[in-house]
Amino acid sequence: MKRLMTGNEAMARGCYEAGVKVATGYPGTPSSEILENMVQYKDVIYSEWSTNEKTATEAAIGAAFAGRRSITTMKQVGMNVAADAFFFSAYTGARAGFLIVVADDAGMFSSQNEQDNRHYAPFAKIPMVEPADSQEAKDFVKIALELSEKWDVPFIYRTCMRVAHSASPVELGERVWDDEKLPDKWVRDQEKYVCSAMWAKKKRPWIEERMINQLVEESNNISINRLEWGDRKLGIIASGPVYHYAREIFPDATFLKLGMTYPLPEKLIHELADGVEQVLVIEELDPFIEQQVKAMGIKCIGKEIFSRYGELLTHDIELACAKAGLLDWSKVAEQRDVTPKDLPGRSPCLCPGCPHRSTFFNLAKMKDLIIVSDIGCYNLGALAPFHATDFMGSMGAGFGVAHGFEIADQLKTGQKIIGIVGDSTFYHNGVTPLLNMVHNGSNITLMVLDNSTTAMTGRQDHPGVPLTLMGKPVKPIDMEAFVRSMGVEDVVKVDAFDVKAVDKTIRDALNREGLSFVIVQGPCFQISRKAKPAPVVDINKCNGCGTCFKLGCSAIARTDIVDEKTGFKKSSVDPVLCVGCTMCEQVCPRHAIGPKAD
Amino acid sequence: METINFLITGVGGQGTVLASEIMAAVGLAADFDVKKSDLLGLSVRGGAVLGHVRWGKPVYSPIVPEGRVDYLIAFEKLEALRHLGQVKSTGTILVNMQKIFPVSVSAGEAVYPSDEEFDAALAKTSDHVYKVPAVDLALQIGNSKCLNIVLLGAVSALFDIAPEIWEDVLKERVKPKFVELNLNAFHAGRNWMKENM
Repeated sequence: MKRLMTGNEAMARGCYEAGVKVATGYPGTPSSEILENMVQYKDVIYSEWSTNEKTATEAAIGAAFAGRRSITTMKQVGMNVAADAFFFSAYTGARAGFLIVVADDAGMFSSQNEQDNRHYAPFAKIPMVEPADSQEAKDFVKIALELSEKWDVPFIYRTCMRVAHSASPVELGERVWDDEKLPDKWVRDQEKYVCSAMWAKKKRPWIEERMINQLVEESNNISINRLEWGDRKLGIIASGPVYHYAREIFPDATFLKLGMTYPLPEKLIHELADGVEQVLVIEELDPFIEQQVKAMGIKCIGKEIFSRYGELLTHDIELACAKAGLLDWSKVAEQRDVTPKDLPGRSPCLCPGCPHRSTFFNLAKMKDLIIVSDIGCYNLGALAPFHATDFMGSMGAGFGVAHGFEIADQLKTGQKIIGIVGDSTFYHNGVTPLLNMVHNGSNITLMVLDNSTTAMTGRQDHPGVPLTLMGKPVKPIDMEAFVRSMGVEDVVKVDAFDVKAVDKTIRDALNREGLSFVIVQGPCFQISRKAKPAPVVDINKCNGCGTCFKLGCSAIARTDIVDEKTGFKKSSVDPVLCVGCTMCEQVCPRHAIGPKAD
Repeated sequence: METINFLITGVGGQGTVLASEIMAAVGLAADFDVKKSDLLGLSVRGGAVLGHVRWGKPVYSPIVPEGRVDYLIAFEKLEALRHLGQVKSTGTILVNMQKIFPVSVSAGEAVYPSDEEFDAALAKTSDHVYKVPAVDLALQIGNSKCLNIVLLGAVSALFDIAPEIWEDVLKERVKPKFVELNLNAFHAGRNWMKENM
C-alpha cells in the first residue's frame, strides 16, 4: 500500500524498516521532523535530542561502535558544529551502519548562511547519498546503511528543504531486524578505534584507496545511479529534487540520475558523455559535480548558465536553458505582469503571548547599548518594530562575540555591551563562552531568554526541560544554580511577563561592575496554549499614542477612529488573536487597555 | 496527462496546511500521482503560508513551477494578490473574502490594498474568479474555523470526482466529534459553488 509521506516522515520510516536502533540529533529546519517522527517507533528505536550536533554525532557513532545501526540528524549549519565529531570516523569506521543526515537550506529559508554541504564528503573522505523524493528518502536509508557496513565507513545522507518538507507516495515495508539482540561484548581494538597519529597514519593510504578505487566502482554499479537513455542531443546529470525539476522540463532527454553523489560514478559519466552530443550538469549551489566532471576531461555546461546561489527551481532552469539555446522559448512558462506593486509584506513576528516581547520592547528604548544576539525566535527582536539587535551569527555567538567587543575596549567608548542567548542556545553552545568569560574576568552583562523550550524549530526538549523526546521524566537543569556553580555571583532572575521589572533588571545589571547574568523567564505560549481573556481598549481613554504598537503584537490593530486632539488613529485588541498576556495593559501610558467589563 | 497544479495560500492559523493535506489525499484516492509541498513562514501564527499540491500522471516536481498554477485557492485577500503572477491565463481563482491585516498595516507603516484594486487585479488575471464568502458560510454552520473545508467544498464542485471520495478523506483527517461539522462545511461550500458557477 502506498502512503503519502513527507521526506522527513519517510526517513524515519526508512530507519524503522532498516533496523536502526539509535537516532540522535539537534533540531534545525528543515531536519527537525525526522526525529519527531522517529518517536512513533520508540518501542524499537532509541531517539534523543542531544545538546548540540557534536554531542549528537558522538552519541550516535558510539552506538554504531557498539554494533547498533545509528543515525544523527541536523540542519546544514549544524554540520559545522558536528564536523569535529565525524572527520575521524573515516579512520575508525562505524562497525554497524552509521548515517550523518544533513538537511541543506538552499535559498536560506531559515538559516544564517547558505552552504553546500556536499563539500564535506570529499573533505572528510566520507561517501554520500542524496534522495530526490519521499520514496527514495525511505529507501536510501537502508541502502546507505548496508554500504556503510560493507565499507566500514559512515555515509553522509544529504537532503534539502524540498525533500524534507514535500510529500509524495511511499511504498511501505517491514522491519528487518532482531530487536531483542543485545550488542556483542566489546573487544578492545586500539588500532581501529584509537585515533592516535601512529595508528591513524597506518590507515591513511587505505582511506584514499577505498575512496578512489573501491567506492568509485561501487558508485558505477549501484542501482541508485542510473543512465536513462532518451534523445541523444542532451545528456543531463542531476540529483535530488533538481532531477525532478529537470525531468519535467526535458521529458525526452537522456539523464544520468545520481543517488550516490560522492564519489561520482566515473564510468557512467564517461558512458553518458560518449553517448550524447552535449552534457549538461544541473545542480543547486556550488559546481560540485560539474568541476569533477570537467576534471575527468569531459566538456559540459553548468554554472555558466545556472546560478551558484539560492534554489534552482523549474522556472530558473527553463529560463537559463532557453537563454542558452538548449530549450525552445515556447516551453517556458509565460511571465505575467498581474500582481499589484508594493503589496504590504507579512513578515514574521513574535506570537501573541510571547515572553520575549518585554525584553525587546525595553531594549529598543535603551541608548548606547551594543546588543549581541543569537539564533532563535528572539532573533525577531532584530525586526520591526524593535530593531533591537546589533549582531546574530551562530549558536552561542551571542555570548562569545559580546566578549570580543569587550576585550577590544569597546566599553571605554561609553557604550555598554549585552550578550543574549536563548535557553536551548545556552545549553547548545553558550556554556563554553560563558566559562571563557568567567575565566578571563569579563565585565559585561549576559542574558538568557528562557522560554523553557527550543521554540523556533517546533518546541523540542533540552537539558532545562523535565521530559525527554522518549517521554522519560528527568531532572531539569536549574540554570541559576548551574551558572552560579561556574563562579558567576551576580545572577538575577526576572518574570518575562512583568514589563517594568524586566526593564529595571536589565538597567540595573548594566550598571553593575563585573560579569552580571540575567535570566528572563517565561514559558513559550505554544507549550501551554492556555489563553486568558483578551483585554479591551477603552476608546475614550486611548489617544492613539501608539505605545502598544511598539510591542509588535499581531493582536493589536489600529481602528479607523481618529483621536480629536492628537489626530492619531486609536488602537484595538483582536479578541481572536490575543491570548491575554497583559503586556499591552502594562505599557499603555493612559491605562486605556484593561479587562473587559462584565 | 497535463499535471493539475493547485497553489493554496493564506495566513498561519487559517487551516491551510490541513487543506493541502486533504487536496493531496483526494488526488491519491482519485488515482492520480500526487506531490505536495508546504512552505511555512517563521511564525506559528500570523505568517504567510503557501501549499503546493499537484495531481498528474506522473508528477515530477513537488512544487508548482512558477507561472503554472491552474487553481489558486486563497484563504485571504492580500495573500491572493501576492501570487496572481503565478496563475496561468486559463487558471481559476477561488478567494475567501477575508482580510487579515499584517502587523505593518496595523502599525500604520503600510496600506492594505483597496477593494477596487483587489477586484481589478483579479479581473486582469483570470476570467474564472470565485469570491467565496467562506467565513460567512462557516459561521452559518456554527464555526468559523471550518472555513478551510468550506473552500475545499467549493473546489470539489469544479471536478468530476465523486463527493464520497472527498467525504471519506475528510472523515479520516478530522477528529470524530468534528466529522459532522466538517461534512456540513464541505457541502455548504460545494452548494455555494454550484449556485455560482
